Amino acid sequence: MSYFIDRRANAKHKSAVNRQRFLDRYRTHIKRSVEEAVNRRSITDMERGEKVSIPSRDISEPVFQHGPGGRRSIIAPGNKEFVEGDRLRRPSGGGGGDGAGEGGASNQGEGMDEFAFTLSREEFLDFVFDGLELPHLERKSLVDLDEVRPVRAGVSRDGVPARINIVRSMREAHARRIAMRAPIRRALRVAREALEAEERKDPVLRNPARIAELKEEIERLERRLEAVPFLDTYDLRYNNLINQPQPSSKAVMFCVMDVSGSMTQAHKDIAKRFFLLLYLFLERNYEKVELVFVRHHTAAKEVDEEEFFYSRETGGTIVSSALSLVDEIIEARYPPGQWNLYVAQASDGDNWDDDSVNCRELLMSSLMPRLQYFTYVEITPHAHQALWEEYETVADEFPSRFAMRQIVEAGDIYPVFRELFRRRAAQ
Amino acid sequence: MTRRKPIATGSDWNFEILSEFEREIARLADEYRLDTYPNQIEIITTEQMMDAYASVGMPVGYHHWSFGKQFLAVEQAYRRGQMGLAYELVINSDPCIAYLMEENTLMMQVLVMAHACYGHNSFFKGNYLFRTWTDASSIIDYLVFARKYVAECEERHGVAAVEQLLDACHALQNYGVDRYKRPSPISAAEEAQRQKEREEHLQAQVNTLWRTIPGRPQEDRLPGMTDDEEDPLGLHAGGRYPAEPQENLLYFIEKNAPLLAPWQREVVRIVRKLAQYFYPQRQTQVMNEGWATFWHYTLMNRLYEEGRVDEGLMLEFLQSHTAVVQQPAFDSPYFNGINPYALGFAIFCDLKRICEAPTDEDRQWFPDTAGSDWRETLDFAMKNFKDESFIQQFLSPKVIRDLKLFMVLDDDQEEMLEVAAIHDERGYRRIREALASQYALAVREPNIQVYSADIRGDRSLTLCHVQDGRRPLARSVYPVIRHLHQLWGFPVKLESMQGDEVVRRYQWPLPDEGREASPT
Repeated sequence: MSYFIDRRANAKHKSAVNRQRFLDRYRTHIKRSVEEAVNRRSITDMERGEKVSIPSRDISEPVFQHGPGGRRSIIAPGNKEFVEGDRLRRPSGGGGGDGAGEGGASNQGEGMDEFAFTLSREEFLDFVFDGLELPHLERKSLVDLDEVRPVRAGVSRDGVPARINIVRSMREAHARRIAMRAPIRRALRVAREALEAEERKDPVLRNPARIAELKEEIERLERRLEAVPFLDTYDLRYNNLINQPQPSSKAVMFCVMDVSGSMTQAHKDIAKRFFLLLYLFLERNYEKVELVFVRHHTAAKEVDEEEFFYSRETGGTIVSSALSLVDEIIEARYPPGQWNLYVAQASDGDNWDDDSVNCRELLMSSLMPRLQYFTYVEITPHAHQALWEEYETVADEFPSRFAMRQIVEAGDIYPVFRELFRRRAAQ
Repeated sequence: MTRRKPIATGSDWNFEILSEFEREIARLADEYRLDTYPNQIEIITTEQMMDAYASVGMPVGYHHWSFGKQFLAVEQAYRRGQMGLAYELVINSDPCIAYLMEENTLMMQVLVMAHACYGHNSFFKGNYLFRTWTDASSIIDYLVFARKYVAECEERHGVAAVEQLLDACHALQNYGVDRYKRPSPISAAEEAQRQKEREEHLQAQVNTLWRTIPGRPQEDRLPGMTDDEEDPLGLHAGGRYPAEPQENLLYFIEKNAPLLAPWQREVVRIVRKLAQYFYPQRQTQVMNEGWATFWHYTLMNRLYEEGRVDEGLMLEFLQSHTAVVQQPAFDSPYFNGINPYALGFAIFCDLKRICEAPTDEDRQWFPDTAGSDWRETLDFAMKNFKDESFIQQFLSPKVIRDLKLFMVLDDDQEEMLEVAAIHDERGYRRIREALASQYALAVREPNIQVYSADIRGDRSLTLCHVQDGRRPLARSVYPVIRHLHQLWGFPVKLESMQGDEVVRRYQWPLPDEGREASPT
């Protein structure tokens, strides 16, 4: 007797728990691989899994086994030229080969020094951002929020036909019908019994008037019973929706970069990686993330991604031009009540001499109060200039929302990024 | 025979076609008197197959990272295309669960049904090892119990504690088997019910063993026994514990480890029970695969003869079958030991030939078998042997010649390897004997037993390794005895013996790290 069962629809990922256990157990190994990968990877392919190798001795499951040495006989197939008594040189590479037929050996990684496997994209990003946290993730307070979302809130007696709740309406109608018909039915039963009693009497004793009266009564009651409506307007129930203010799940990230002559392509690549990390990170925390690219030399301009990273400009640098453009864009398109605003700025630290003060004032007075977070990375091996110093005063003013770091080479990005967003102990 | 229409052509399948093939195969299997459990054939996806694969074929298992590692390894190999997934997976249970992958072609599905649902299935039901050691009807229930119990322990005692315990048990699971005693049947309901009882009982037993107040031994000690000058009070007169060496390490731990909590003993027991369940499979690889391969080959050919499959399907089958029973020579780059499918298939096929068309050589080698009814002889061979004895009994000179088997002696005291025997008149018996012992678990795995537990002294546990042909233990011995130390809670020693002489001592904690550093 046999039967078939189609299990294809059953849950997949039965091994998910075991897989997670494995990843947890070798966290440190995997993290090292992931960090290397982040630094090595080209900018555009952060969004895929990663192959990770762990030395197999670190993850072996030991069992008692025979070691090399001693005296043993091996049976092998495919003899071509040997005759009994032949002597052979021991094959190089240790123990004379694996004894034939020992297929049951549980050591899977035999002969392999590395245990290699692939992390999925999700797992990869989990490791990339492990232990990081967005500062000021406490979402915008509900009071000044314009964003609402309709939520179900019970049923109500009035509403639009589209939201009619059929089950509840029918239940109401049913209850009403029972309630309204019961007294009529009772009266009807009494009348019928009376009529029957009357008719059972001897024909001589019958009261024709009484019979006619009862018949009329019964007919009247039956009409009334008929007249109870199946569904009445006050049976109707509607699903009630109320608007609930919603913490904003939208974020916008402004990428601000200096493209003056002093910024080389290498600088830009470093900046790009930094922006990319930030973008991926934001994407994991918000439903929707928009990007705005602002580049500047002496004047600022909003551009698309391609132009932002790859077109070359020359000339001097006025940072405040970019900051005021960001300010204008926020004003025009991203009301802070609905958007979580992030600004990431990259520059080599050059600025027009007296402009740095303007930058500070712009930040202090207008930008910082509205932003969730402002990060500034300075990509330079050289000493800091006026801009850095002015920014330091801003950082003192907004220690939890303003962060700045220096990056010298590409390898610094990830550590710096981690430092900027490391999980802070609860204040 | 009149040619009838094949059941289906092409490589697509659906459930009607499959069940029609299944009925046909069942009819033929019945004709050959194959006795099977009912079949539960499950169609699954690739991913589900990888899941099943990773949990060593247990349809439900407790959670452990090593299964996750297994899964990642399988997935990686599959993605790279290094490995076709196993086309089939069959579980020794009643009903017998067999998995068919949805991506298989029609031919594969038919092949797998013949191979697993009738080949392996009848082997599970017939072979004495499986009959003795496993209880097909209750294994699924027990697995469910085990999974639930381990999950509860994780909740109560933390994932890390349970994981560490399981690591230690897994390291010893090959030594968690009673080789001679039949285990009592296991069933989930009973387990759960008795588990509490057992906890208390076990603990009481351990307490008796380890109590420090001297008890009975002194009372029934005879007056003359205290004469020992070293031990005037007779403190060590109770003799060695255990009185006999114990081969079942996990059982010994479960019953005697002084510090384990009751739940930990239960987990040890679970690992031990599962090891016991897989024990027959480890000993019948060649037979089991050979038997299943023999039957899929026979049944497929019958289907073809009766015109139930067409030439296309048959060619596809032959190609696949040939790949399965291929045995690369020892010097081939594809050589990876002796292929159990090839060896088992060759022996069973040759056994049938010996029955049907014996030569003089066969009559001389197999006087009882030659010319007998092949169906009965094969059934007898399948039922009453394990790999070791099966090869010893039925490996014929013809198979040795066909496979060109030869024997190499590897002795570390000699500079050169020696070809000790080849496929000739003088070599057959020696090759047969050596190959048989190669499949003996006692030879494949080091022979290690519990020798003594110093219950009156420092509570150390001493194991004894009897070397086979002077073969030493691999370096993995240290991590393993470290695990054993975790379970036992006191120092663990291992003595490697050659004959009566101790040639090597291992110990954990390592002597220089331990408090009592002992000079050699």
